Amino acid sequence: MPSPRPEAAVRIEALTKTFPPAVTALDDFAAAVRPGAITGLIGPDGAGKTTLMRLIAGLLTPDRGRITVFGTEVAEDPAWIQARLGYMPQRFGLYEDLTVQENLDLYADLQGLAPQQRAERYAPLLAMSGLAPFTGRLAGRLSGGMKQKLGLACVLVGQPRLLLLDEPTVGVDPLSRRDLWRILDDQVRKHGLTVLMATAYLDEAERCREVILIHRGRRLGQTSPSRFLEPMRGRVYYIRTPPAVRRRLLRELLRDPDILDAVVQSDGVRVVTRHPRPPSVTDPGALPEAVEPRLEDAFVARLRAEAETLSMPEVRLSRRPRSGEREPVIVVRGLKRRFGDFYAVKGVSFTVRRGEVFGLLGANGAGKTTTFRMLCGLLPVTEGEATVAGADLRRAPAEARARLGYMAQKFSLYGHLSVQENLTCFAGLYGLRGERKRTRVAWALQTFELAPFRRQRALDLPLGHKQRLAMACALLHEPPILFLDEPTSGVDPLARREFWYLINGLAEQGVTVLVTTHFMEEAEYCDRLVILQAGEVLVEGSPEEIRRRTGAPSLEQAFIHLLESQR
Amino acid sequence: MWHRIWHLLVKEFLTLFKDKRSRFVVIAPPLVQLLVFGYAATFDIDRVPYAVYDEDRGRWSQAVLARLRGSPVFEEAAHLDHDAQIAPVLDRRQVLFVIHFGSRFSERLARGRQAPVQVILDGRNSNTALIVLGYLRTVLADFTVEHLHIVPPGRPVIRAWFNENLQSRWFIVPGIVALLTLVVTMVTTALTVAREREQGTFDQLLVTPITPFEILVGKTIPPFVIGLAEGSLILAVAVYWFGVPFRGSLTLFYAGMGLYLLAAIGVGLMISSLSVTQQQGLMGAFLFVVPAVILSGFATPIENMPETVQRITYLNPMRYFLVIVRTTFLADPPFALLWPQFWPMAIIAAVTMATAAWLFRHRLY
Repeated sequence: MPSPRPEAAVRIEALTKTFPPAVTALDDFAAAVRPGAITGLIGPDGAGKTTLMRLIAGLLTPDRGRITVFGTEVAEDPAWIQARLGYMPQRFGLYEDLTVQENLDLYADLQGLAPQQRAERYAPLLAMSGLAPFTGRLAGRLSGGMKQKLGLACVLVGQPRLLLLDEPTVGVDPLSRRDLWRILDDQVRKHGLTVLMATAYLDEAERCREVILIHRGRRLGQTSPSRFLEPMRGRVYYIRTPPAVRRRLLRELLRDPDILDAVVQSDGVRVVTRHPRPPSVTDPGALPEAVEPRLEDAFVARLRAEAETLSMPEVRLSRRPRSGEREPVIVVRGLKRRFGDFYAVKGVSFTVRRGEVFGLLGANGAGKTTTFRMLCGLLPVTEGEATVAGADLRRAPAEARARLGYMAQKFSLYGHLSVQENLTCFAGLYGLRGERKRTRVAWALQTFELAPFRRQRALDLPLGHKQRLAMACALLHEPPILFLDEPTSGVDPLARREFWYLINGLAEQGVTVLVTTHFMEEAEYCDRLVILQAGEVLVEGSPEEIRRRTGAPSLEQAFIHLLESQR
Repeated sequence: MWHRIWHLLVKEFLTLFKDKRSRFVVIAPPLVQLLVFGYAATFDIDRVPYAVYDEDRGRWSQAVLARLRGSPVFEEAAHLDHDAQIAPVLDRRQVLFVIHFGSRFSERLARGRQAPVQVILDGRNSNTALIVLGYLRTVLADFTVEHLHIVPPGRPVIRAWFNENLQSRWFIVPGIVALLTLVVTMVTTALTVAREREQGTFDQLLVTPITPFEILVGKTIPPFVIGLAEGSLILAVAVYWFGVPFRGSLTLFYAGMGLYLLAAIGVGLMISSLSVTQQQGLMGAFLFVVPAVILSGFATPIENMPETVQRITYLNPMRYFLVIVRTTFLADPPFALLWPQFWPMAIIAAVTMATAAWLFRHRLY
């Protein structure tokens, strides 16, 4: 517990907020935010980040405890605080039918910015966000990243002293993310802005002056990122492996109780051990070398220390897909999709072979989901061709769809039905009956550890369990092809690990997996991938190939490289 | 195929009855509406307030007033003394009409001369005004016959068939069967596909081996069962609670109701599959139900509508079922007489359902 520092811009003491009947969003939470710096607020989904932001902004009232902003208590004078604060929720309220300039003017009006001050305030914001050439464009016509930058500009127009940002970079392309950070750094440096930013990207948290770790409404710790890393020294290793054995090695490592974390990174596997000694590996060729810890390593280690056990579902398929020759399973040629006069997808081609994990990457609005929906047969193709296992799923007989498992981006099971009812329903819809239906449902309940929740409404499940249930429903009929749309968005790092462990297990058994994601680091798990940008394929290949071609150390860097060379 | 439909059905019924709100929508509003319409919606008038402005105060004006006072239809609400009081009582809706006897009313009658009675009516609601006028005419005619012993040469002797006492309840309550089954089926169907689209479950459904036809069957049976149950309940209430006689054949009634439900479900599913959000679905249902009721003949006869509007009513399943319901309640018609009401509903059902099934996979969003 740090002693209350007088210079704290925001001080939070013994804060408790519950949402009846059963949710405790914040539980005796205390923290102090340094003025004139960026503080990161990190924690898994549902940890209480948004609630905390809304409490500071005076949009909610706490049950207990107090918050002071610049020496004034929020509960006493919310209007005073709100006049000095900018709050950017996850979905910022831009007026999509107004132009960029009109949006800026509107927010300047709302924040009472004098007309003669506007030009000088707008110019740097527009220049740094790269929006200057687009001031006449409708906000609704901007890309996801551009919208986010405009949102930030609108909040900053009124020159707030405190800025609250709720996951401002989710689903934003890497270039826009970089721009957002530049704007923030500039505002902090020039105007002494205080920023509190919730983020799911741990590489971003590393750029913050301080980091507050929040989990289940409680503070796990608050210090500078480098201090977080200290206990990790000597516990983080990197094992370089050829791609062929990487998956097996990863699974072996994750089952080891002495290992807290293992993820694929570039040409090898990154490992976090429980104790400061190298991991023991059966493969004599694999040599662990100690590397610098990252915040993500510390975060996962911290969460695992909170008695958080990883549940690593072992999926054994009773009917393995025919293995052998790696013939093409998904073939996409010159695929186009038009909405009105706008091409969401313009001429995408790629091929996925049997047993591959194939990634469809790109920022929000790049055309991932549209391509994905056309492949699943949910959206007609405007031009070109998309076949799955030799059939166009839109026209194919129903049996062709039985070979396919599907998991949507958003939770899309029947919320009012119980876990068991959902499983039984989908088993039936996939044509399972009698004894096989019973054994498959029982299998799903057991494998995904859903048995204790079987009678609970799907709606009331915690997010991670919802995700598991959705996955279970997609796997009930043991499909040889799996379509996953953003399966890890909004999921905390632990759940993401469980998830990829499962995917790897399936791929080892010959299941073909097509997955979309906007997490670049997750793309390392894919055998091959395409990165989409504005409806077109920016690059295709294995992660190694893409990195080598651009000479970038990581896929994220490679993406930025490619985007910049296009500009 | 039936196996998949069965699972879809289980799911449909579970979602319908597990969700508190949708359960409420199916059960509570129809019951409330049934009672409200049954009691409140009537063309019959009762205890009509009126004012007396009697300058005569003679034997004959008192005789007319005695008839009015003796009738349960009228209720004397005010007594006026001069002309200036007439306008205010009508303006304030204190009374529906003022009956005025001139100062020489009795004297003129005694001399065997014509004696006019002035009636000043509030014509704001033309329908009520006409009904009140009709009653008043009867009262005055009876008075002439009984007290003055003057019998007009061509007096009609009236006998009403089917609804012997011309009670409007006998006309309206059977209509409620058609009205409420329409409302219930529209509310349950208009949301089904739209809700699934909004929540993403429709995509999840479309990637399973299920075919549009199977979805159609799965989405039709639950509202059909609910509509049938509610229709029967209203039928029972109409007969046993409101005492409306049911003289026709139950088979014909249910055959008509089956087709009517299919047509209404078809329209509802079509609206629902055109919608991407629940809000759109509900809006669409509302935009259909209101004109459908007005153009059905439920309250105003179709024959009174302009020619073009009458043609539009042929698209409205309620107009056909309304005829079937009213006829089977009060008369006992042979099937041949009702056949023209049956086949158009079958066509509406076929067309709308085919469209809905096509839209399942072709509506872009």
